[in-house]
Amino acid sequence: MKNDVLMPLVGVVTDIRQDTPDVKTFRVNAPGGGKVFEHIPGQCAMLSVPGAGEGMFSITSSPTNKAFMEFSIKKCGCLTSWLHQMEVGQEIGIRGPYGNGFPVDTAFKGKDMLFIAGGIGLAPLRSVINYCRDKRADYGEIDIVYGARSMDDLVDYREIIDEWMADEGIHVHLTIDRPQEGWDGHVGFVPNYVKELGFDTNKTAIICGPPIMIKFTLAGLTELGFDKTQVYTTMELRMKCGVGKCGRCNIGDKYVCKDGPVFRCDQLDHMPDEY
Amino acid sequence: MKRIALTSLDALLARIAETQALYVPVDAKGGARFEQWEAGKVLSDATNTARSAKDFFFPQTESLYDVKMTGKKLEIVDTREDGEDFVIFGARACDVRSFSILDSVFLADPVDTYYKSRRDRATVVSLACTKPEETCFCQAFGIDAAAPEGDVAAWKEEGYLYLKAQSEKGERLLEALSDLLEDADEKAVETQQMRTRWFLSALPLGKVSFEGMKQTDLMDHFKNEKWKSLSEACIGCGTCTFVCPTCQCYDVREFDDGKKVRKFRCWDSCMYSDFTLMAHGNSRNSQLERFRQRFMHKLVYHPNNHDGEFGCVGCGRCLQKCPIGMNIVKVEKALEAPHEE
Amino acid sequence: MQDRMIARAKELLADGTVDRVMGWKKGEFLYDATPAVFYSAEELDAGFVMNAFTAANVSKYLIKETKKEGKILAFLKPCDSFSFRQLMNEHRVDRDKVYIVGIPSWGKADMEKIRQKGITGITSIEEREGDFVVNTILRETHVIKKYDVYLEKCKNCKSKEIVVYDELLDGENGAAVTNSRFDEVAKLEAMTPDERFAFWQNELSRCIRCNACRNVCPACTCEKCVFDNPKSGLENKAAATSFEENMFHIIRAFHVAGRCTDCGECSRVCPQHIPLHLLNRKFIKDMNELYGDFQAGEAEQQRHPVTSYRTDDAEPGVIYTRGGTGK
Repeated sequence: MKNDVLMPLVGVVTDIRQDTPDVKTFRVNAPGGGKVFEHIPGQCAMLSVPGAGEGMFSITSSPTNKAFMEFSIKKCGCLTSWLHQMEVGQEIGIRGPYGNGFPVDTAFKGKDMLFIAGGIGLAPLRSVINYCRDKRADYGEIDIVYGARSMDDLVDYREIIDEWMADEGIHVHLTIDRPQEGWDGHVGFVPNYVKELGFDTNKTAIICGPPIMIKFTLAGLTELGFDKTQVYTTMELRMKCGVGKCGRCNIGDKYVCKDGPVFRCDQLDHMPDEY
Repeated sequence: MKRIALTSLDALLARIAETQALYVPVDAKGGARFEQWEAGKVLSDATNTARSAKDFFFPQTESLYDVKMTGKKLEIVDTREDGEDFVIFGARACDVRSFSILDSVFLADPVDTYYKSRRDRATVVSLACTKPEETCFCQAFGIDAAAPEGDVAAWKEEGYLYLKAQSEKGERLLEALSDLLEDADEKAVETQQMRTRWFLSALPLGKVSFEGMKQTDLMDHFKNEKWKSLSEACIGCGTCTFVCPTCQCYDVREFDDGKKVRKFRCWDSCMYSDFTLMAHGNSRNSQLERFRQRFMHKLVYHPNNHDGEFGCVGCGRCLQKCPIGMNIVKVEKALEAPHEE
Repeated sequence: MQDRMIARAKELLADGTVDRVMGWKKGEFLYDATPAVFYSAEELDAGFVMNAFTAANVSKYLIKETKKEGKILAFLKPCDSFSFRQLMNEHRVDRDKVYIVGIPSWGKADMEKIRQKGITGITSIEEREGDFVVNTILRETHVIKKYDVYLEKCKNCKSKEIVVYDELLDGENGAAVTNSRFDEVAKLEAMTPDERFAFWQNELSRCIRCNACRNVCPACTCEKCVFDNPKSGLENKAAATSFEENMFHIIRAFHVAGRCTDCGECSRVCPQHIPLHLLNRKFIKDMNELYGDFQAGEAEQQRHPVTSYRTDDAEPGVIYTRGGTGK
């Protein structure tokens, strides 16, 4: 009866891309090639490095990608610093997938989609965005509002410009916090930009970013006439087990690792403000 | 129902210990505690052990696996050994109920196999209480200290130990001991049971009930202004958490011995400041929030997720051990009292 | 005494000397009072309690309280006053924001010691002169000598003197008392190193790392303890080795050396009954022997032996000399 959910599998890093000064995207495969496991958009995985710890990261690649998984990771602590200094060929511990994921094949199907992200918050959304792009016929219009501190902090900038913007029926709206040389796009915070753009209320919205951005954007959408049942978000809290047992990632009676990380915003009204 | 004269108790324990590891509460410095039985060790008469019995299934620390890194290669080694079967003899009704509360977490999908393997290997012999403490309130959770759950329930009465199998495991155990046991009538313990039940109802906490908690919505409990005064004196230690038989939060940490990294888990407490600390912030920064989390978990969150079952068994350890005399009964009474304007 | 304290607290609230009162709030039983802040005469009447079980040292709470607006009334027992004075020496409390009424203490009882007498199901405890009269649900009445069930810290009380106050409830102060608090330490010193190691191994192996000793300790006032700080490299919640098990307590004892007033709270709160005070007392005894008698918290603005240097200080070799003789 060996093996346990807490025991990771081995994954090998097959490609590393520097996205922004502090964000890198890592490609992970099983040691023998292929993916370590399958997932649905919005789900997460626990990555670990002996001596540096273990942490929960959203899987940024779409499950429609059959060749590999990707993780976009911002350098901010002990584990992420270690991950940022590793080289291609490095093996890491990986276990998952964890969490509920987005209802891409149910609630989202046939809907016009509005993705709103701030900073590294694009990482969990990239999986859904690319899923929708790969199953284009299943979804309506797609709008993406994405903001970061500066031009250099926009994650996946090349992919956004070269692929997303080139797609039919996808409208990308970029913004940065402060004016910057070489930037002729919109300047301002995401919540305000969303209100300025003023979206049609038949869309299904997904917000991801820092808690404060989520709160203000949700308020903005409500002002525009969105019902909270049309708005989804994805959360991040400290996790150790990933399976609802270690007891720390709860918001009220919901565990982010198990009952989340995806929540519909009307659920948040019944959850304490501890995130 | 079977029985054996208490004068032959050692023979009974010796027989069990022949084939399995046997743990019994014995008196020790710092209060009664479970120890592996060997000839000469005497079953304690204490109402309960200082530490709860959760250690048997959820130890303070346990190794999970080893990781070795050679160059860029990683090797993950399951270091578990097949443990032996064991018997816990003399656990009280509250602690026995705590096992099913722990089960509801650790055995829920996906099963925690570390926990499950110990649970599978254990046979629990419970011992009915006769001298409850004033800090006992197990009856508030529908626990009958006079008729404890467990694979085998036992009663000490008038020079005899009465034993009743309550599961297949229990029947197997009593079967193996059958030549030492004689048949007995359940009536023999009825008087004792009535007396214990009366004691429990007549003690200061005999009328404590938590059911009223369910009348109020989660958010209203959460927003109750009483949390401020309740948590004011909390020193943020983990005593309540660690003496609690149902507190099961854990941390996963690692120990680097130079050759390999050993992943282990250990008890953790939501009362600690680093419990929810992340590289970029903390979702529960104040002691008020941490204190509230612990009691909300036991009295609201756990019942919400587990068919109304509270995360408390009324063993009273936190009432006896909290350095500042705060405890779950005071919390319940304060939350149930009308809100102040 | 409780009534006199409540009466005085009400006067000081009424005349505006203070705007709140630090005290102990009545619990479910006689012995589970909780330190609390009272804001009104009504609150005092409803919940303020002072009895033979209100042992909690409230000095440490005054760190937090004196960072708030207004002035707080604190009733300090002699041992609490040593802790408070030491916190003043370390600039951890704002003396001007506390009005201190010194109260005498003849000793506080340890509920665990009453239980250890095999008494269960207590329905009431009455104080009668030098005795406790304990009634149980089994309809038993036990008469217990108070002294027999005093907390360790009270049995070995070092002083009845209140070292810092604005007024004294009784009008007169106590004085240092002869005690035998170093006897246990001397016994440990008389052991062979192996015996001593076995003694501590046995005691410390019971530790559940609840941190109650540290969190209650008036000398442990670091904003962030190294053992809680992931960046310190020392953070540990559970001992990965038996060495780490000992390390936490030994490092803590070193850190409070020279600042520990021997208030005894560490041993009072330990849920596993580890005699932690013995570690601190060993340091105190050593300091007394090596540098001359010293009592932390006794006087104002003193440097303690560990932070001061004199040319006649003991040389490091003293460790070998003392250790070599088995002491």
